[in-house]
Amino acid sequence: MSQMPSTLFDKVWDAHVVRKIEDGPDVFFIDRHFIHEVTSPVAFLGLESRALKVMYPEHTFATADHNTPTINQHLPVADPLSANQLKALEQNSAKYGISHWGLGNPKNGIVHVVGPENGITLPGMTIVCGDSHTSTHGAFGAIAFGIGTSEVEMVLSSQCIMQPKPLKMRINVNGSLGKAVTPKDVTLYIISKLTTSGATGYFVEYAGDVFEKMSMEGRMTVCNMSIEMGARGGMIAPDETTFSYINGRELAPKGAAWDKALAYWKTLSTDAGAIFDVEYNFDAADIEPMITYGTNPGMGMGISQSIPKGIDLKGGTATYEKSLAYMGFEEKEQMIGKKVDFVFIGSCTNGRIEDFRAFASIIKGRKKAEHVTAWIVPGSHIVEAQIKEEGILDILTEAGFLLRQPGCSACLAMNDDKVPAGKYAVSTSNRNFEGRQGPGSRTMLASPLVAAAAAVTGYVTDPRELM
Amino acid sequence: MAYDKFTTLTSSAVPLPIENVDTDQIIPARFLKATKREAFGDNLFRDWRYNSDDSPKQDFVLNNPIYSGKILVGGNNFGSGSSREHAAWAIYDYGFRCVVSSFFADIFKNNAINMGILPVQVSPEFLTQIFSAIELDPHTKIEVSLPNQTITIQATGAIESFEMNGYKKNNLINGFDDIDYLQAMKSEISAFAAARAV
Repeated sequence: MSQMPSTLFDKVWDAHVVRKIEDGPDVFFIDRHFIHEVTSPVAFLGLESRALKVMYPEHTFATADHNTPTINQHLPVADPLSANQLKALEQNSAKYGISHWGLGNPKNGIVHVVGPENGITLPGMTIVCGDSHTSTHGAFGAIAFGIGTSEVEMVLSSQCIMQPKPLKMRINVNGSLGKAVTPKDVTLYIISKLTTSGATGYFVEYAGDVFEKMSMEGRMTVCNMSIEMGARGGMIAPDETTFSYINGRELAPKGAAWDKALAYWKTLSTDAGAIFDVEYNFDAADIEPMITYGTNPGMGMGISQSIPKGIDLKGGTATYEKSLAYMGFEEKEQMIGKKVDFVFIGSCTNGRIEDFRAFASIIKGRKKAEHVTAWIVPGSHIVEAQIKEEGILDILTEAGFLLRQPGCSACLAMNDDKVPAGKYAVSTSNRNFEGRQGPGSRTMLASPLVAAAAAVTGYVTDPRELM
Repeated sequence: MAYDKFTTLTSSAVPLPIENVDTDQIIPARFLKATKREAFGDNLFRDWRYNSDDSPKQDFVLNNPIYSGKILVGGNNFGSGSSREHAAWAIYDYGFRCVVSSFFADIFKNNAINMGILPVQVSPEFLTQIFSAIELDPHTKIEVSLPNQTITIQATGAIESFEMNGYKKNNLINGFDDIDYLQAMKSEISAFAAARAV
């Protein structure tokens, strides 16, 4: 008996369908649910107004991250609205028996950093959160995606959401990555080719030797950005790299449970001959360190290139012109040499230890450019501790940088870490939308290496020149 | 929460012919700090609509009294980016009940339907026809029929059908929602969860 070859995505999706509704969505079971202070309060209000309980509180995990300050976290939060949201998260978690890692808790940090590093995120799971970058967890071979607040209420009250099954896309990248080309560059390159909506309606599997050789941190960076080309999520088949990352993490299975889980995880890969709705192939050698020049993540280019002409791009010319006008750039200009006012390293995209190692490798022995304001924000307290243990803090301090405390920070500027109007930021985060880092802010997305090169020179600089 | 029923809507429309309108534009992150679903409409398109001193930007469509109505017509790839349902709340709270575009981002589309806003996806050609009709007459009426799954430009009679799965259509027409559906199948879910845990 031979079965139809199946994709990794199908295997995980189909195992979670409670009921198929004819001419409608699937009733889809959720294994792990993360919540944070911004998108959960109204869901809890909804539960109260309907007098519903949380069905499986042990499957939901709360952390405070979006609006939290990144200095003086031991003090009361000054912004009353932020403080109110943080209090609501704490109270709702306590009321319904949900684990809550609030400010000051040693496990606190960005939701998509703390889930994996504590062993909550595991292969074959379905994982959701009221945050589009939930796609990060796909790095473990999980189906993970962002949901709205109504759906948060559904998961709390029934551990299910209603989802039509997305189409399947595979993106293969093979070959060897060049000098200073990081996972962030791989994903910015893919998005620049597919555009900001090129994967809408699809769930992506990343395959090929570039991803096979990539660390878990790197895979998380790639899967994190899947939403930036419209994909519901992205995933990578679990392998020895995955298993050794998970093994021993606090909430990961242990003993006999580990052996059983591992045997299942090893079945989680796409069978030879399985069919995808669409497939793309890229050559690793074509990718160089990337930077964005516009106001969506698809508007990226190799750092040594010049800004492409609008008429050469898919999509509307009017939008392209609006975007360039907002950025204060012109077509065919070089990005190298542009003045940089702010540098941000952190976020659920690039706030893990490997990112700070990369940043430190460039700034070591150099000094922060005087005119640059830099926000160095670890993704979690665990990452912060690693930064200290590995001596990276000494390198940062020596070069004139201050290490801040964990949180989403300048990625979406809900706290005080805001880029002023008209100023330019090189940011390792995930979105360069108008005003994303503060009203009028101008964001250039890039890798930790490109961010480091900008931080020490004060200008957009090819990191290969400093290595 | 169950929402208003949606059957047929005939209204003038507000044109926003910009592509890739992301949810950070629909409602910037700094306005996501409420713990209740109130008054998000005030900050709909905040930074396109107001200057930094809170004075209205005269050239933005929502500040132009010629345009009004319950239908928002956006450019291709409407609602990309963040999963914030606040974007749909802001659109609803401002008074829109239907958003028309040639392409929607997935999460926004789900969020919109979940609160009773009808996302209508039309062909790029039909979208152009709608923009042209509004340009010719800002008061032109667009008719959206959910039971028939059609959208009509009344002045020209141009009509196109749109897709919507039967389950969601039934929900919108009757004001049903997913949470009630899921509550009604809790024992099935418990059995599924128990089988998975073994």
